[in-house]
Amino acid sequence: MPVRVQAEDFDAGAEIEALRRGDPAIGAVASFIGLVRDVSDGARVSEMTLEHYPGMTERALEQIVAQAQSRWDIIDVLVVHRIGRLRPLDQIVLVVVTGAHRGEAFAACEFVMDYLKTQAPFWKKEQTPAGARWVEARAADDRAADRWSEPKR
Amino acid sequence: MDDSDLYQGPAVEQEPAVRVLYFARLKEALGRDLERLPLPPGVDTVAALRAHLQARGGVWASELAPGKPVRVAVNQDIASGETHIRAGDEVAFFPPVTGG
Repeated sequence: MPVRVQAEDFDAGAEIEALRRGDPAIGAVASFIGLVRDVSDGARVSEMTLEHYPGMTERALEQIVAQAQSRWDIIDVLVVHRIGRLRPLDQIVLVVVTGAHRGEAFAACEFVMDYLKTQAPFWKKEQTPAGARWVEARAADDRAADRWSEPKR
Repeated sequence: MDDSDLYQGPAVEQEPAVRVLYFARLKEALGRDLERLPLPPGVDTVAALRAHLQARGGVWASELAPGKPVRVAVNQDIASGETHIRAGDEVAFFPPVTGG
């Protein structure tokens, strides 16, 4: 199961170990972990809630993983994304890509994160001293995702 | 569970309808997360459905106004204004996504 949406925390080391176990063809593992910060747009954040669209979320993530697998010569991909209430220091998302070589693994990992941020139906609501607010989508995230529509290499 | 023997309600329940979902800021502003919406004649695209909902006025008019950053998915795939909808579809309205 390459894609999981869950309230529980994850153990990146254990996830990586499970993904690469017993496969001597893997020469590279690239991973990314997204974390909750205590500041956002100049405001202190005490907590955030992640909402999602059950069903579509998994479907969108699976489509992103399938695209990564068709674009790069990689072996496996894992995406774990948390939902529900999270606090600063908490882990939000894990992406792991295994492959023969680092170049393809790094690129595919970045691609999956960039597409996840702009296409997977998750929404963050932050608690700040001024009250709760929905996080606004960022143009920088759209630009990051758009890079990948240009011809690769 | 087999619910084929359950009473399905009066005949009006059989008219063509879509299931409409709302998420995040839109869900809060519109005060609902789900509704069964009988499809009015001529409403067969995402753009037409959005206009139909906007015509409810009040927060519906302001939240779904043209130019507002609203995303739509039909049957859990991202859709555009021209995407066709028909009875039985699941149509979701939501703000631009902010996960990761």
